[in-house]
Order: sequence, then C-alpha cells, then structure tokens
Amino acid sequence: MTTTIYIPRDSSALSVGAEKVAVAIAAEAKSRGLDVEIIRNGSRGLYWLETMVEVSTPKGRVAYGPVKVKDVPSLFDADFINAKPHALSLGLTEEIDWIKKQQRLTFARVGVTNPVSLDDYIAHDGYKGLKNALKLSGAEIVKAVTDSGLRGRGGAAFPTGIKWNTVLGCASEQKYVVCNADEGDSGTYSDRMIMEGDPFVLIEGMTIAGVAVGATQGYIYLRSEYPHALVALNQAIEVANKAGYLGDDVLGSGKAFHLEVRRAAGAYVCGEETSLLESLEGKRGLVRFKPPLPAIEGLFGKPTVVNNVISLASVPIILDKGAQYYADYGMGRSRGTLPIQLAGNLKHNGLVELAFGATLRELLYDFGGGSATGKPIRAVQVGGPLGAFLPESQFDTPLDYEEFTKIWAVLGHGGIVAFDDTVDMSKMARYAFEFCAVESCGKCTPCRIGSTRGVEVIDKIRSGKDHAKNIQLVRDLSDTMLNGSLCALGGMTPYPVLSALNHFPQDFGLPAETQAG
Amino acid sequence: MLDSNTPLVDADALISRLITEHQHRPGALLPLLHAIQDNLGYVPESAYPQISKALALSVAEVHGVVTFYHHFRTHKPGRNVMQICRAESCQSMGSEALEAHAKKCLNIDYHQTTADNAITLEAVYCLGNCALSPSVMMNDEIYGRVSPSDLDALIAEAKA
Repeated sequence: MTTTIYIPRDSSALSVGAEKVAVAIAAEAKSRGLDVEIIRNGSRGLYWLETMVEVSTPKGRVAYGPVKVKDVPSLFDADFINAKPHALSLGLTEEIDWIKKQQRLTFARVGVTNPVSLDDYIAHDGYKGLKNALKLSGAEIVKAVTDSGLRGRGGAAFPTGIKWNTVLGCASEQKYVVCNADEGDSGTYSDRMIMEGDPFVLIEGMTIAGVAVGATQGYIYLRSEYPHALVALNQAIEVANKAGYLGDDVLGSGKAFHLEVRRAAGAYVCGEETSLLESLEGKRGLVRFKPPLPAIEGLFGKPTVVNNVISLASVPIILDKGAQYYADYGMGRSRGTLPIQLAGNLKHNGLVELAFGATLRELLYDFGGGSATGKPIRAVQVGGPLGAFLPESQFDTPLDYEEFTKIWAVLGHGGIVAFDDTVDMSKMARYAFEFCAVESCGKCTPCRIGSTRGVEVIDKIRSGKDHAKNIQLVRDLSDTMLNGSLCALGGMTPYPVLSALNHFPQDFGLPAETQAG
Repeated sequence: MLDSNTPLVDADALISRLITEHQHRPGALLPLLHAIQDNLGYVPESAYPQISKALALSVAEVHGVVTFYHHFRTHKPGRNVMQICRAESCQSMGSEALEAHAKKCLNIDYHQTTADNAITLEAVYCLGNCALSPSVMMNDEIYGRVSPSDLDALIAEAKA
C-alpha cells in the first residue's frame, strides 16, 4: 500500500532545508523498497517546527518535526511511515495545540492540500464560493461581501464591498481586478503563504471579484522577492485555465475572466495602490493624486478593483458559507478573522489565524512562547515598517482596527515583530527614516526630503548635539510628514519614529518619566 | 544566465527577440526588463534606444524606469548575488552583525562585487521569511536563521 507523506514546498520551509529533506526521504524510501508518495504541501505555519513532515494514517495525519536530513534514516528505522513514535514525533497534526486554538477560515486549506492540485482544492470545498456567485447578480455578490464586514487586509482597512460597489457602478467597456501581492512589510508573510500554499483560493477570489463587478482581466502584481510564489501561482493558473475555471467562459457561465501574474521589481512604494498601478502600466511607481479613485480611473484609466491577497482570498468562504457566517467572527467593526504573522525575536514564530479581538499578550506569550533569546520582550512593532512600536504597557490591546487607532497604532497587514531588551529604540527610529528615504518615490517633498533630514536629526540626537532642539525638530518634521505626504509611506513613517520617542524616551537621552501614554 | 564570456552581439540578438515577444503586452516595459535581466543578469544601457523605439517611449523614460526599481541593474553582477535582509524582523535577530560579517569577509560594501567576481552583495528589505530571521537570499535560494558560520559556508560554496 502506498503511504502518503507531506513535505512543504513553502519558501520558509525551504529556507531551513525542506527540499533536501524531501530528496532524502524519497531516496531512503526507495532504497528500503517502500512505496511512498510525497506531496509538497504548503506550510501549516508552525515555522519553528519546519521542516514538518506529515504521514497520512487512517486516524489522520501524524507530524514529525523539525526534521533535518540527518534525522531521515532514524525516522525510517523507527517506522515513521506507519506513524510509530520517534524523538521528533508531534502526534496528530490537528491535535497540536497551536493549530487547535486557531480559527482558520482563509487559511483552512494551507498546509493541508497539494497547492496546485485542482482536485484536492475542490475536495476541500474549493470553488463552492464561485459556483454560488455565478448564480447571483453582480449587485448580490457585492452585497454579500459588504454584509460580511470584510475590510481590506492590506493595511488601510477600507470596506471591500464599498470599493467593489464603486467599480460595479461604473459604466466601462473594460474593467480590471488587480491583486496587490507586493507584500513588502517586514514581519508579514501571509500573502506569500496563501500564494504558495493555496493559490486557487486567491484565483477563486479574484474570479468572484471579476464576475461581481464585470471585469474580464485580472493581474496579480507579485513582488520579485517571491520566486516560489510565482511558480505556484503560474502552475495553478494554468490548471484553472485548462479546467475552465478561468478563460473566456468561466464554468460555462458565458462570463470571461483572464488572469496574469506580473512581477514587481523591488520598490516598496508599489505596495501603495496608485503607484502599483503606475508600475503595472510600465512606468516608474510614482504615487498618483487621489481623486480620481482607482475604482473609477484605475489601471490604464479604467475602473479597477485593487485588493490585497488576503482580502481577495477571504472572499470565497464568504460566498460559500454566507456573509453572516463570516461576520459572526470578530469584534466591533472588525469582522471575520485576521491572519496574524508572528515574527522577529520569539520562540515560536508562525501564522495564527484568529477572529479579531485576541490581545497582543496572548499572541506573544501563548502562541509565540516569549522571546527567542529568553530576555524580556521590550517592544513590538505591529503593522510593518510604518507601524507603531508598542511597549509592554500596551500588550493587552485587543487586535481590532479601532482599538489600535485609539492608542495611535495600526494593525496593518497583521504582522507582529518582537524585540527583546537589547533593542535600541533611537536606532529603530533612525532606521524608519532611513527606510523611507531608500523607498520614497520622490514625488512629494515631505517624504523625499523629510526622510533624509530625519536620519540626520536622529544622528544629532544620538550624539547629544543640541539635544532638546533636535528632539523638537523630529516632532516638527514628523508633523509635516504626517500631514503633508501624498501617501502612507511618508505619512506613516512618523508612527514608528514618534512611538519610539514617546514610549522609550530614555533611548533618546531623555528621562524615562517623560514617557507618554 | 549567459556566462561572462558571451559576446554582446548575442545579447543584442537576444534583446531583439525579447522585445518582439513582449512589446505587444499592455504595460510591456516591466515584463520586458525582467526578461532581459533574467537572461543577461542586467539591463545594458546600450539596449535603451532599441527598447524605447519598440515601446514608443523616450530613452529618458526607459532610463527612468530601470533606475527607479531596486531590482534592475545596469551592470553585470558577479556570478552569484547575495542579498541580506535589513528589515526589522531580521534586525531583531541579529542581521546587523550578519551584514558586518559579510562585508568584512567579502571585503566589499553593498552594491559591490568581490574581486574574484564570485559574489555581488545587495541589501533587501524583507524576504517574507520573518518567522525564521535573519534571512539571506543567494540567487533564487532563500536561507533562514542564518548564523555567521552559515554565511561563511554559503560564501565558500559561491566561491568554489
């Protein structure tokens, strides 16, 4: 009898040797005359356990990890293919605490299925959402997305249904759906995991968007740093085209939807939707003035839905199980689930999908297991390089867009980066300005000039030169950038800078008691 | 990738072929530049007039696009390109020490190539491997939880 073994093809798993482990397991099985089939799945997101190898058994999958090439002979000696115990045994995968405690809607299939198998996707409830959508009018689909309460998961948290409704309402011979897959925020990797681990869910979400608003062409604007996602997406698109899930006549509905992946080229600012569109048009990624909104005048001047990967990948389950089912998760005006990415200095980093409302402390300690270095966690940056740094006193804030706004922070794309007590926060503030200077598109002065001046002023503060005056100068400069920048890059760089200054004043040579809120 | 001894006349023919392949796509410039760099390792400035003519752009516009994006380069890199992640997650796990170690071992700074042409060193801002920081990319291979001794091994392999 053939035994099925799962070994991830996910980038992060590959980064710690998954490919070599897969090769070694195949070779060892062959030399022992054992009949095994190796499926390259996505990652379950328990990255400290990668390479996590799973064996299919009648009772469910049994996991082993972290597996290194040197462990392979002993795994076979222990008869792991019959789920026998080994020092690396983790038991039934679904019973692992980290997995059991989650509420996986968008990530339900990631790590479970073969990412590029359409049969597998359909066997695990894939394409139910699209099939339902094809029975509805565009307005009904948009209503379902609006009623679900889904807000853009890319960072700005704008209601997805309202955006779609604008595009639906535009009369145009051509409309587009553009997926923003330029996930450039440090500490975020959920887009990558979806594209590598369940590309069909993104394809399905984009197809539903196209059907809803009357767009026949979709583009996935993918960052160049994700070569494995490019491969997985193109494989899945090819399969979907052949099987009639994409193309001139989607599932015989008479509706066309074509999809193409376009590679970005390493500009962070192209994660901003208007510079992304400029880039897709083959230009420098300069931010556009708004209005007009991209929903009205977007790609090539046509009405365009621009959504993040996770936003689009959350749509199929809404159309499958209904708006209410999705909206029942969450708190306040933050409905549904948020795929949270734990990163940086934590023992157990990985993907945690939960309804909105969990606290940072639960994530950092219950899931993350505290710092990797064993030192106290001193600061946490949430929401990428433009997100605020939070001190320990704010760790009980629930993950909810409005709750974060109240403490002058952002949830962004749900990335959480932890730092231990060796971090120098004036250095992190300097880095925030430096990053903005490297990545500024240059169109607006506050961002272009302000970021470079910011680095200089922080350097003066760090060397103690005209200290009080220069602290005030950072605040004035931040104020100008906040209020005068054209997009979030310049407009939010003050978040990391000022939060570092306000919460960790001693790192800037100020007395600790000046600490604000 | 063509090796460094390939005469540029072949590169011209290749670029012509790539232009023919891509010029009719909407927003063709980025896919075309990617195709050129994938094949040659860089986008030669000598190709600008040809590209600009095919896409009805000015040479300045082509130059503007190539230089706007960190990914594109106008000079041939070393045989291998090593990118070290400088973003926050990797910083929290010691990437600064890793950067310093790499620069010292290779005796170069960012955007430079070693004397033996083995390695070009670049900075990158997030590889999406933040759960396993610090991260390094060597060509298209990503490495997580990279220690200075892991980096030494990668360098030795690239120089071999």
